[in-house]
Amino acid sequence: MSTFEALIAAQDRVEPRDEMPGDYRATLVRQIAQHAHSEIIGMQPEGDWITRAPSLRRKAILLAKVQDEAGHGLYLYAAAETLGVDRDDLLEALHTGRQKYSSIFNYPSLTWADVAAIGWLVDGAAIVNQVPLGRCSYGPYARAMVRICKEESFHQRQGFESLLTMSRGTPAQHAMAQDAVDRWWWPSLMMFGPPDAESPHSARSTAWGIKRFSNDTLRQRFVDLAVPQAEALGLTLPDPDLRWDEERGSWDFGTIDFTELREVVSGNGPCNEVRIGRRVAAHEDGAWVREAAAAYAAKQGTRGAA
Amino acid sequence: MSSSSEVDTGMVLALADDALVASHRLSEWIARAPSIEEDVALANIALDLLGQARLLYALIGDEDELAYRRPAGAFRNAVMLERPNGDFGATIARLLLLAAHQHALYSSLAAADGDLGAIAAKAVKEVSYHRDHARAWTVRLGDGTEESHRRMQDGLDAEWAVWGELAPTQEAVDWATAVITQATLRVPGPVLAVERQEHTADLDELLSTMREVTAVHPGATW
Repeated sequence: MSTFEALIAAQDRVEPRDEMPGDYRATLVRQIAQHAHSEIIGMQPEGDWITRAPSLRRKAILLAKVQDEAGHGLYLYAAAETLGVDRDDLLEALHTGRQKYSSIFNYPSLTWADVAAIGWLVDGAAIVNQVPLGRCSYGPYARAMVRICKEESFHQRQGFESLLTMSRGTPAQHAMAQDAVDRWWWPSLMMFGPPDAESPHSARSTAWGIKRFSNDTLRQRFVDLAVPQAEALGLTLPDPDLRWDEERGSWDFGTIDFTELREVVSGNGPCNEVRIGRRVAAHEDGAWVREAAAAYAAKQGTRGAA
Repeated sequence: MSSSSEVDTGMVLALADDALVASHRLSEWIARAPSIEEDVALANIALDLLGQARLLYALIGDEDELAYRRPAGAFRNAVMLERPNGDFGATIARLLLLAAHQHALYSSLAAADGDLGAIAAKAVKEVSYHRDHARAWTVRLGDGTEESHRRMQDGLDAEWAVWGELAPTQEAVDWATAVITQATLRVPGPVLAVERQEHTADLDELLSTMREVTAVHPGATW
């Protein structure tokens, strides 16, 4: 048995200096990079509402949240770099579409209530997905996830609390909250990926200790958490097939339209072009700044050596 | 605890409005900054300024009443802070001058007893970081490439010309002058203290964005 196999068999952590199969490394780079890109692109739909937040307290909470997302992006790029890749190359892959980010961010944030719904549902789904990654076999990724999940659960509570305030507010606020939940519910369920039967890489990721639970298991866990929370919010979920299954001890839910997910993943979502366009514009507009920083650092190096 | 009758309401409003308006413009950079590190830094500075504005508003009234329901004409912020963002060099120039001014002002207020003194003492620590951040970028951009030198100088010239409205102390001017010199940039000239200017349509635009949600939901709480 190789050291790698022994580590996986013992459920120990694989660390950057350990030998690992090329495919394991490549799978992790792809997954961690996608995760980092999601944090960075995910700043946009909420970030657009910072200047428009309806109270100074909500504005401060949202600013702090978007700042956390940028920070999460940084830890995750750093975790990916332990696998021998470079952040600039990963950003290039994001900008040119070679690497993906979570499709959830290709839906628009149309009203202030969307910020709350994103916190409750999108961050809620992210937590269900990410908590098990805190036990994933690759040490730097697992440690980044533990830290990120703590902050995400704070974001999720804030989203819930903001939505509750709107739900109990004026009729117009309640309607806005309901509309946001109606639009974000199904995309949130799609965040868990395709059904198990159609998830080609799942078995291998599971064998490697990267994935601990199947897509459908995590999706069900999320639905079971969300249904009573929706009730507490006084909001309905847009699924007429939701009903409690006594035997399974879980909520049955309707059929997910994965055709839509595939469309959004392949670039035809409502906001794919806007999100990448904005990201690329920020990067290009900032090129002169990064060049200046590099030139200054080089001069300091020369001066230091002289 | 000092009561609102003991504080100079006009001065507190000016400090709070400066902080709120500057925070708003900085927050427009989020997800548009030259690097992710800079997204974090600018968000952090915007959050500090917002926090200062909130504490100051609370000294004299209700923060949301003051931020969301006061006519633009009643705002006391300096016009330089309401102007739309230019490039990153212009943003750094504005931050350099604002932080230099705020640092001197909050340092002197921090000596006072009462709530305002406590707020100022906390703000000095935050603004010290803003000053360091702006200084580091001013030097990098000024002494970086030909393009960054030109852009930083342009930003500085534009912001310096209107800095007098904040009435920076000699200490603030001396500090900024030393940074500009270190950055191999040209000090634009003397700073002439002037009265706070009439607001422009830029403040109307900024406030209508800030109030986009509250305007359609009168009487709602959030």
